[in-house]
Amino acid sequence: MKTLVKVLKKPITSTLIAILFGFLVSAIILAFAGYNPFEAFGALFNGIFARPKYISNVIIKATPIILTGLSVAFAFKTGLFNIGAEGQYIAGTIAAVCVGAKLNLAPIIQVPIVVLSGVLAGAIFGIIIGYLKAKFGIHEVITSIMLNWIALYLSNFVLNTTAYHLPDSTSSYPVNESSYTMLLPKWKTSDAGMAALKPTKWLYEVMLKTDINFGILIAIILAIVVWVLLYRSTKGYELRSVGFNRDAAEFAGINVNRNITQAMLIAGALAGLAGALAITGTSPHKLSTMAAFENNGFNGLSVALIAGSSPIGCIFAGLLFGGLLYGGQSVQQDVGAPTEIINIMIGIIVFFVALTKVVPSLADKLEKRGAHRVK
Amino acid sequence: MEVNKEYAVQMHGITKMFGSFCALDDVNLDVKKGSIHAILGENGAGKSTLMNVLYGLYQAEAGEIFLNGEKVNIKNPNIAIEHGIGMVHQHFMLVDNFTVTQNIILGNEVTNQFGVIDMKKAREGILGIVKKYGLEVDPDAKIEDISVGMQQRVEILKALYRGVDLLILDEPTAVLTPQEIDDLIQIMNNLVADGKTIIIITHKLKEIKASSGICTIIRRGKYVDTVNVADVDEEELATKMVGHCVKLIVDKTPATPGDVIFEIENLTVKDERKLNAVKNLSLKVRRGEIVGIAGIDGNGQKELVEAITNLTKSESGTIKINGKEIQNTTTRNVIDNKISTIHEDRQKRGLILPFTVAENVVIEKYRVKPYNKGGMLNSSEILAYTKGLIKDYDIRPDNCENQPVRGLSGGNQQKVIIAREIANEPDLLIAVQPTRGLDVGAIEYVHKTLIRERDKGRAVLLISLELDEVMNVADTIDVIYAGAIVDSFKQGEVDEKTIGCLMAGGRKNENISQSS
Amino acid sequence: MLNEILLLIGITLMYSTPLVFGALGGVISERSGVINIGIEGMMTVGAFTAAAVSYFTGNPWLGLLAAGAAGGLISLLHAIASVTFKADQTISGIAINLIGPGFALFFCRMLFDKATMTLPGKTLPKLFDEKIFGDSAMKNLNVDITVVLGLIAAIAMWFFLYKTKWGLHVRAVGEHPAAADTLGINVSRTRYLCVIVSGILAGFGGASMTLAIISQFTPTAISGQGFIAMAAVIFGKWTPFGAYGACMLFGFAQALTVVLGGGNFAVPSQILAMLPYVLTIVVLILFVGRSVAPKADGEPYEKGVR
Repeated sequence: MKTLVKVLKKPITSTLIAILFGFLVSAIILAFAGYNPFEAFGALFNGIFARPKYISNVIIKATPIILTGLSVAFAFKTGLFNIGAEGQYIAGTIAAVCVGAKLNLAPIIQVPIVVLSGVLAGAIFGIIIGYLKAKFGIHEVITSIMLNWIALYLSNFVLNTTAYHLPDSTSSYPVNESSYTMLLPKWKTSDAGMAALKPTKWLYEVMLKTDINFGILIAIILAIVVWVLLYRSTKGYELRSVGFNRDAAEFAGINVNRNITQAMLIAGALAGLAGALAITGTSPHKLSTMAAFENNGFNGLSVALIAGSSPIGCIFAGLLFGGLLYGGQSVQQDVGAPTEIINIMIGIIVFFVALTKVVPSLADKLEKRGAHRVK
Repeated sequence: MEVNKEYAVQMHGITKMFGSFCALDDVNLDVKKGSIHAILGENGAGKSTLMNVLYGLYQAEAGEIFLNGEKVNIKNPNIAIEHGIGMVHQHFMLVDNFTVTQNIILGNEVTNQFGVIDMKKAREGILGIVKKYGLEVDPDAKIEDISVGMQQRVEILKALYRGVDLLILDEPTAVLTPQEIDDLIQIMNNLVADGKTIIIITHKLKEIKASSGICTIIRRGKYVDTVNVADVDEEELATKMVGHCVKLIVDKTPATPGDVIFEIENLTVKDERKLNAVKNLSLKVRRGEIVGIAGIDGNGQKELVEAITNLTKSESGTIKINGKEIQNTTTRNVIDNKISTIHEDRQKRGLILPFTVAENVVIEKYRVKPYNKGGMLNSSEILAYTKGLIKDYDIRPDNCENQPVRGLSGGNQQKVIIAREIANEPDLLIAVQPTRGLDVGAIEYVHKTLIRERDKGRAVLLISLELDEVMNVADTIDVIYAGAIVDSFKQGEVDEKTIGCLMAGGRKNENISQSS
Repeated sequence: MLNEILLLIGITLMYSTPLVFGALGGVISERSGVINIGIEGMMTVGAFTAAAVSYFTGNPWLGLLAAGAAGGLISLLHAIASVTFKADQTISGIAINLIGPGFALFFCRMLFDKATMTLPGKTLPKLFDEKIFGDSAMKNLNVDITVVLGLIAAIAMWFFLYKTKWGLHVRAVGEHPAAADTLGINVSRTRYLCVIVSGILAGFGGASMTLAIISQFTPTAISGQGFIAMAAVIFGKWTPFGAYGACMLFGFAQALTVVLGGGNFAVPSQILAMLPYVLTIVVLILFVGRSVAPKADGEPYEKGVR
């Protein structure tokens, strides 16, 4: 009994239970709609793991949402709801293209400059939200929503300017190749490269059929950095205390407004980084006209929630999410069930994440009842 | 126990559990009709729980309730109200941004067939009761704008508006001055004269002696005794309440104050509604002295503390510590100038509940060495420091340094705050309502601690709404009224009635009592 | 010139209507103390249901009612999570925003031959008979009947909240549930009802998109209106008329975009498109100040917790 209670109290248990329920309920819905759940899940599984290039694509798809997930999770930990990750992501893409399409330096300088410009753009969007909240008390949800739309239209505007518009297309110029963060892009398409890769089938497939890039490494490193920042540094301590109880933090001498602004700056920077890495790491390496949001930021919200706002958890939640989103395409192709079942499944997982937050306190009650009986 | 019509209420064998915690264990209560019956017990003894069962907010696991000789089953407050039971809670159940009238009629509105509230009829009904029992209120004022005393009258009106015969008052005198307590006792007597029965829950021995005929004592969820109030004295009641001998007066040696270390001159501070809450206030605190500020809630104490700690800005005047002006700077500056504050709202301002004890303890120190090494927290130093404080201040449980502070009891949470603030070795220690919500043992501990710090040569500023506390603990008593200090006395110079009069805005020479 | 002005008014009224319903839904839910982030998802479900039912039955009014029912049904999930399970209301709302569109598109594919949009159906009538205005400028004022319904809903909610006893109960539950509880008001039931009503209103909001502004459901029919509605609630300080005004402001800014875009201004269309959002931020900075939510908003109610 004691071990059961101990297990139930761990946050990861609640998340796993939520994921399990997500699958269960989706299975019921699929069955109800006339599809075989096992076939559907089988297709999903295959769509993720069957071929090396699938796995690579899952990782590629997961990279931006791990970072936007980190952005949202970081903001949550400091008491803020960063629903603006979407706009900050877009800002990152805009800056990356603006700088990367015009500058053409050696990769060793170009890549950092392009990526950092995206980080800066995201940080600026973030700091606007933080400042307006700190100075005027304006709810960060409103400014975030407004800035999301502003970013979207700004992107469409920029790609239509004469400086950036790619003729006969609905997109901008791509960034120069020196900005790429892909894995050895030139080498892998050269004769020497292809010859070297051909013997190892999986490596060949992964390198040549997918946009494998450094983004995932950066995402993982950043998750660790964020964890260290939050839980080991004095700044993280300040941010968390403001997040948990701004009245007590203020009373103890902590500058609440400055910390709110700093928190949004960091959150914005993370989401901006996600956008920049998407431009430098994956085709088509350019801005395209958007009629609606592409949801990299909003998906980050779901990732952060499933991860319980834990920085390390965001890595795994991001991979899970990436897997579901990518593998979900196979469900429609192979089984004919609408891909939206994946969205429903994700939604149900998030829903149960909300419900299973009560599991630790239920475990507490179980423990007390058990102790009482022993008496 | 016989069931008898003469009794307004009889509760027999009441047992109430919260999970595995036994809040009430086979408790009995018999209240005669037309009496004022007190229920005495420490904080957490179970007296509020017992009344919540009577009022239908909780369901007991075992036991029976009889009203006027008949067995009843009270499943929820509506049924309690139907049976003529009304309750005035310790923490007022009032909606802040509703008016007095809206609060009184809530749940009991007179409406037309479309559900539209008939406000005119409501006000008429209320004014009728106001006149009958002398409960002065302004029907259109918002709760957030009126005094605590008036808020309590609104709570009583809520019950009377519903035609109660049995009125339960939970810790009603906690926030009142001596005069207001007298007024309340008068109101209670008026109600009893009209045939109503009153149960008053309290841990204030003086009030029981002044108001009640019978007293039932509960300790740790168990029934102890029922006595005729006239036949016992306060110390006997205290002993029954706590279970061992209790000294009611704090032991202290006379103060030997040094020079003035903290001085406020002509301070003016505005409140949330832009009115002057503190008006030209001046006071001094010396080393080795406890200055206590006595006053009714709402006379500027809150704004005074906020101005000193720099949570709000001051309009004019100066606040000086060690000769240095600190008004209108930052909260951090106040702490850096060796002023530590034990705030009255420990859960809002004092502690971050989800943080561990260790994390809470370093909230003012985390930026300095050795707790901070190059921007990173030094956990081993922080833990060692915390362990030391836990030992020195006997914080329980004794291995709680890594537990969330929300799991500690109220008394231990307060100890964490006190330990933290005193460990700063401040020149001035400000204690605001430091014993709120604590039981007798913890209160004794806090008072001893304040006196000990004073004996070490610190300056202590005590701001409390409990006049007893100020009169017992402070060396110098300053009375605050309408935002200024109106008079100042040494401990023992004047009696409670005089201070109470000054607290209410009267003059020192009025109200010369016959004998105390 | 007159044509432009009337066009502006007409488009303002039409574009703001889905927002109005969504925002009113947000108001009633939050007034009872339950944060509702899921308005977007509820509106999407309503939009789809309205279009589908209208197509299959040929009756747009049935579509409207069905949309309300669908919104109410999905909001039940939010109510169960928030009130019974005392779960985190923000997370639950986000879940609804994922589940709602998911279901809408899922059933759309099932019912409409794997397509993600419904076939065009009958829309709700306009306010006046089209023939009355003919081709004059006044025809711009012949708005959809949903505009009037939205206004009626706002007035009704105002009346309900501030004049009736149930409204008083709702507001008490949102500010101080313990006080309401001690006076015998059923906090859980009140919150359940308010959340369901908020779902019904959001459903109507979605319907006023696919039964009036456009005549079918597409994946982008509802793209952001729910979030704008949320912003309107905060902007309007959680009052029905405040939210209504905020929606009007927003609709006006969007109408400006359309009218100016069609004109001879050199401003690029994307910059114009940003206008409503920039305007909102500017107005917030200048006028609104700190918004105060109902005191118990977002906090699950537990008896005996001090």
